[in-house]
Amino acid sequence: MADIVLRDVEKYFGDNYIIRKLNLEIRNREFVVLLGPSGCGKTTTLRAIAGLEEIDTGDILIDGKPVQALQAADRDIAFVFQLYALYPHLTAYENIAFPLRAMNESKETVDQRVREAAAALRIGHLLDKRPSALSGGDLQRVAIGRALVRRPKALLMDEPIGALDAKLREEMRTELKRLHIENGATTVYVTHDQVEAMSMADRIAIMNDGVLQQVGTPTEVYQHPQNLFVAQFIGSPIMNVVNAVARPGDGGTKVILGDNDATLDFPQKLYHLVVEKKHAEDELAIGVRPEGVLVAHSRSAGYIPMEAHIIEPLGPFDIVDLKAGTQMLRARTPSGFVAKAGDVVWVKLDETQTHFFSTRSGESLQIRL
Amino acid sequence: MADVKLANISKKFGAHTALSGLDLDIASGEFFVLLGPTGAGKTTTLRLIAGLDRPNGGSIAIDGQDVLGWSAAERDVALVFQYYSLYPHYTVRQNLEFPLKSKVRRLSQPDIDQRVAKASKTLRIEHLLERKTDRLSGGEMQRVSIGRAIVREPRVFLMDEPLSNLDAKLRELLRAELKDLQMKLGATFLYVTHDQVEAMSMGDKVGVLNQGRIIQVGTPQQIYNRPRDTFVATFVGSPTMNLHQASLANGRAVIVPGKLEVPLDGGGGVTGGGLPGTVMLGVRSEDIIVGPNETVEARVHGVENQGVEKVVTLRVDDCLLKATVPARLAIGIDATARFSFKREKLHWFDAGSGLNLFYGKERENG
Repeated sequence: MADIVLRDVEKYFGDNYIIRKLNLEIRNREFVVLLGPSGCGKTTTLRAIAGLEEIDTGDILIDGKPVQALQAADRDIAFVFQLYALYPHLTAYENIAFPLRAMNESKETVDQRVREAAAALRIGHLLDKRPSALSGGDLQRVAIGRALVRRPKALLMDEPIGALDAKLREEMRTELKRLHIENGATTVYVTHDQVEAMSMADRIAIMNDGVLQQVGTPTEVYQHPQNLFVAQFIGSPIMNVVNAVARPGDGGTKVILGDNDATLDFPQKLYHLVVEKKHAEDELAIGVRPEGVLVAHSRSAGYIPMEAHIIEPLGPFDIVDLKAGTQMLRARTPSGFVAKAGDVVWVKLDETQTHFFSTRSGESLQIRL
Repeated sequence: MADVKLANISKKFGAHTALSGLDLDIASGEFFVLLGPTGAGKTTTLRLIAGLDRPNGGSIAIDGQDVLGWSAAERDVALVFQYYSLYPHYTVRQNLEFPLKSKVRRLSQPDIDQRVAKASKTLRIEHLLERKTDRLSGGEMQRVSIGRAIVREPRVFLMDEPLSNLDAKLRELLRAELKDLQMKLGATFLYVTHDQVEAMSMGDKVGVLNQGRIIQVGTPQQIYNRPRDTFVATFVGSPTMNLHQASLANGRAVIVPGKLEVPLDGGGGVTGGGLPGTVMLGVRSEDIIVGPNETVEARVHGVENQGVEKVVTLRVDDCLLKATVPARLAIGIDATARFSFKREKLHWFDAGSGLNLFYGKERENG
């Protein structure tokens, strides 16, 4: 088992940075997800850890030892790709056994380890089959079995379930996490799917344009995003973000949305904090997730009327688009709460779930009400 | 705008039956979503309506007129594909004008200008009109593709997975935009997708298609709350509906003997009368209550953080069940937890046919 440290890692291609000043410590037995849109540098980072990609500056240490000098094969790391890369002419058994045979392990050891891995992955009954006779999920289980059988220090996975259909992905998420708990290998997992990251990671490292944006537990990155990119990349439906101005008034803070589209009441504390942080009060963006938009049928203090524009029923709950002048706020309501488009409902933002960002830098002002 | 009626349609490709006995009734001005997995026959259905293929049997009527003998152009329907199919060397304006300059329906230049202006305003692509289409982002290209359909003012819009090439965030945005567009135009939309979230969130009606047959047609709520069979039940909804075999004995539905049993005492409207000896019992993750005083004991097999809530996998012997719980509920992997089913929300299916045993029927207690 191993810890992995990336220190000031950079990779560039001409003038273009692929990875910029990346610092990340992955602890022994930890499950870390590198998350970001395509082209953000996450796969390059993973490949650099595996030794499949050279870095231009910085260090990558596994168990405290720099690994650039080592060949990929000597780093004792296993890699699982999105495409299964199995040998088509070998059975599942032989595919899993392959790395052990290459290490000249005894017949008994090979058999024991293959059966152990197969049992953990619940593919014991498929060992005699060739890849062409297996489903997508089972192919990926075999590929993972082949990676695990060597008992590597670390397991690196590049979108391993990205090619599977939605239902199977859901199933495999639970299985992979379970497998991690049982075998305890330090795992670095790359995906562009925030649901995968949220549901599997001990910690998520979010990247964009080669730059690490935030590292934290799923709860931290969801509840306290450091900047607008993280705020809108994590969570579905997307966090509402609206430009706003904060003004003192009526013993509280008036938050004026967009181009005077709506005025919302916030505690006095908000205005003071904005001033205290020396931030221009008209360069604010407020962010609130759909569950932080509170919707009521009747008028009460602090609520303002808005018209329901579109209702998306998603089963256990609805997503309702509410019109605030030219702005749109999406709210999450119980199923059927707003009967039809055009209905007027009363709306308030939950101040404890409202985030404040600078429109200039995109950074969070770290104001928590 | 027009209604579309398909009756008893069959379509074969060689020995392969793509569609059989397909009936479809799409009202004028309706947003109808055809939902199904790959290979279900969704795209084949669209192509038959568009006039790109001919069925082996059955009838197709648009606005009450049989159109089987009509060419694709005469049918006056517009198709939008997953791939944008724009002319790369032309500007957005030229792409939008193109369908209005065809020999079949050539419009005057002022008419063309007016329609292009209106469509680009609706889709908020006015600022892109003079740009070449190879300089556009994926979302912009798909808006232009839709614009090419809108300018024609067709009787019916047919859309084949138009959002599936876009990333998750953009898909979410365009879902709301497309629904908004359809409402503004008051147009008839037939929208094909394999994504149940798209179907639920956009459709006035959803038709679930599997292996060339329509399984169920209904509002999103009907499809979600009263699925006709186990296919619909597990295809719609995320997390997937929990589904376990149960044998009926001594007035109980037994999933795990002695540990996970549902009494058939009329609770939830089910007494067991008239039920077969073995059933498939379905329960959605949000209909499992987790708490210290609930009736069944389980091990926590997995916990998935989903931000606003957590999805917990509970294990009773070899039986795994997913439950949705609030994010603030502290629950650790390998801990013990207790749960109960919301009895009135259980779904009872025939173990052989997979059909919902209460479909279209009232339960004993309503």
